[in-house]
Amino acid sequence: MVTKQEIGALGEERVAKYLLDNGCRVIDRNWRIREGEIDLVGLTPEGAFLFVEVKTRSSNHFGHPLEAITPIKALRMQRLALAWLTLNNHWGSDYRIDCAAVFIGRNQEGEIDYRKGVL
Amino acid sequence: MTLAKVKTVTLVGLEGHSIEVEVDISDGLPGYTLLGLPDAALSESRDRVRSALVNSGEIWPNKKVTVSLSPAWLPKSGSSFDLPIAIGILMAQNVLPDFEGEFFIGELGLDGAIRTVRGVLPAVLAARKFGAKRVFVPADNFSESQSVAGIEVVAVAHLGEVTRFLRMGKFPPCAEVQKLDLHLRNLDLCDVVGQVDARRAIEIAAIGGHHLLFIGPPGTGKTMLAERIPSILPPLTLDQSLEVAAIHSIAGSLKAGVAITDVPPFVSPHHTTTPTAMVGGGSHQVRPGACSLAHQGILFIDEAPECGKGVLDSLRQPLESGSVTITRAIGSVTYPSQFMLVLAANPCPCGKFSGKGRSCICSSLSIRRYLQKISGPLLDRIDIRVHVEPPSRNEMASPDLGESSESVRARVIKARERSRVRNQAHGWLLNSQIPPSQLRKKFRAEKEGMNFLHIELDNERLSARGFHKVLRVAWSIADANEHEAPTLKDVQDAYSLRTGMEDFE
Repeated sequence: MVTKQEIGALGEERVAKYLLDNGCRVIDRNWRIREGEIDLVGLTPEGAFLFVEVKTRSSNHFGHPLEAITPIKALRMQRLALAWLTLNNHWGSDYRIDCAAVFIGRNQEGEIDYRKGVL
Repeated sequence: MTLAKVKTVTLVGLEGHSIEVEVDISDGLPGYTLLGLPDAALSESRDRVRSALVNSGEIWPNKKVTVSLSPAWLPKSGSSFDLPIAIGILMAQNVLPDFEGEFFIGELGLDGAIRTVRGVLPAVLAARKFGAKRVFVPADNFSESQSVAGIEVVAVAHLGEVTRFLRMGKFPPCAEVQKLDLHLRNLDLCDVVGQVDARRAIEIAAIGGHHLLFIGPPGTGKTMLAERIPSILPPLTLDQSLEVAAIHSIAGSLKAGVAITDVPPFVSPHHTTTPTAMVGGGSHQVRPGACSLAHQGILFIDEAPECGKGVLDSLRQPLESGSVTITRAIGSVTYPSQFMLVLAANPCPCGKFSGKGRSCICSSLSIRRYLQKISGPLLDRIDIRVHVEPPSRNEMASPDLGESSESVRARVIKARERSRVRNQAHGWLLNSQIPPSQLRKKFRAEKEGMNFLHIELDNERLSARGFHKVLRVAWSIADANEHEAPTLKDVQDAYSLRTGMEDFE
């Protein structure tokens, strides 16, 4: 039995690899404060920070994974991103908020639907 | 292409506006934004369109969908945008070929079925004006739009049909433009027993377009006579029929599968109706009232003195101008309302004050008060007043039918033509529209007739107002009798058609 935490970790692993494949660095993972969590923090070759929310689903029966990100959750990601930048002394840097949907089927292939700059 | 543009039409009153539905699909979180002042029914379109697309085997884009209805300043309402939005979403996903000149109107069911909406006929007329080549309408609304020439009307019952037509680039052969349905005159004047005076009165009223008041005890045939007036009026022209049907289309009172008709409409609101229902109203969509539904036909109000305060008087402005302008938050809307007003009233509260009036139990004061509930300014516009008495035993005993509507209609059409030729040059069409100044100048009766009226004036049996009314009716009688100008006999006939009018004046 695979737990949903394991599915989530698997999805984040896939997205981290995707970022590396696209020339980005992964500089933080599962950064957590009281208000919430940032799944992945990346840095593009151009020097912009990426804050990525990863949604992993093993089936499409409950709608598209990204539909689970409501406007309220998106705004929370915005606040978390600013908090990360402040606490890590990068205040004022370029940043972007991305979302990634990972579909994990029987064959564990892990197809990625990556949306840039959703806010 | 992630941007698509689809055309449709929205209505403000009878006036159509061309609306461009723009659909943009962009990366971002899945979501749907509808711009352009939508109302509640329109905002719900998202969920209808989504289910309809998915259940028709199409794909809903899990992306950011922005739909804009332009011009953006015009408030939009109703569900007729579902179909154009669905087509736009498909086009923006590049799953439909390009097309041009098509307009779309229709509400979607969750299964993709295309449901009927109100106002399809005026929308099709407007689409034609905006240069549409072809318009897709719900199958149930096809019958009302098939009399419109110069535009291909495609009836569709399911979203799948529309996408199939568009993908094939082939459309069903355009059905022939339907002639008007001429077989809806099911009420005939031959059903009415006796009532020679009242028959004559409605014939004259039909010739001149005179407003009419029936007074008589219950059960004598006032309603029966009134219901049969449309059957003796000249048939509507195609343009008039379309205009009338357009108003009924907005009100939602056209039946599916029944072609539009050239019979003038007959509308009889109940006497408890409100002024709003009479003239029209509503906050999101301003709907036509009874007096607009009766456009080019008959507005019949039974038990007129029982009408609520202000209901009858709300008709004064439409009677004057032939149109109603209703102003609401969303804007001003004008509906045409040229109708022939027919009122029916009992002679007194108990209804038995006729003939010798022996069984009437009303006091003389209450009898007088009863008819005074119809206000003076309104009575001012009513040219003919008829007493409808119970038929005699001779008339009831006779097995013969009365004269048929068809032969009366033939006479009315002939007489109307005479009056049209004479009146047209002066800027009005019907004898009831002759202004008072002209009645004393150009439109005088023959000398003996005028003398008769002047004597009645001198004897205070006729008011100045009554004088003009008698003359107008006399012109209609002259047209019926093919006289060049009203003779003494015509004037006397006209005078007798307003017996007892002095009660009011």
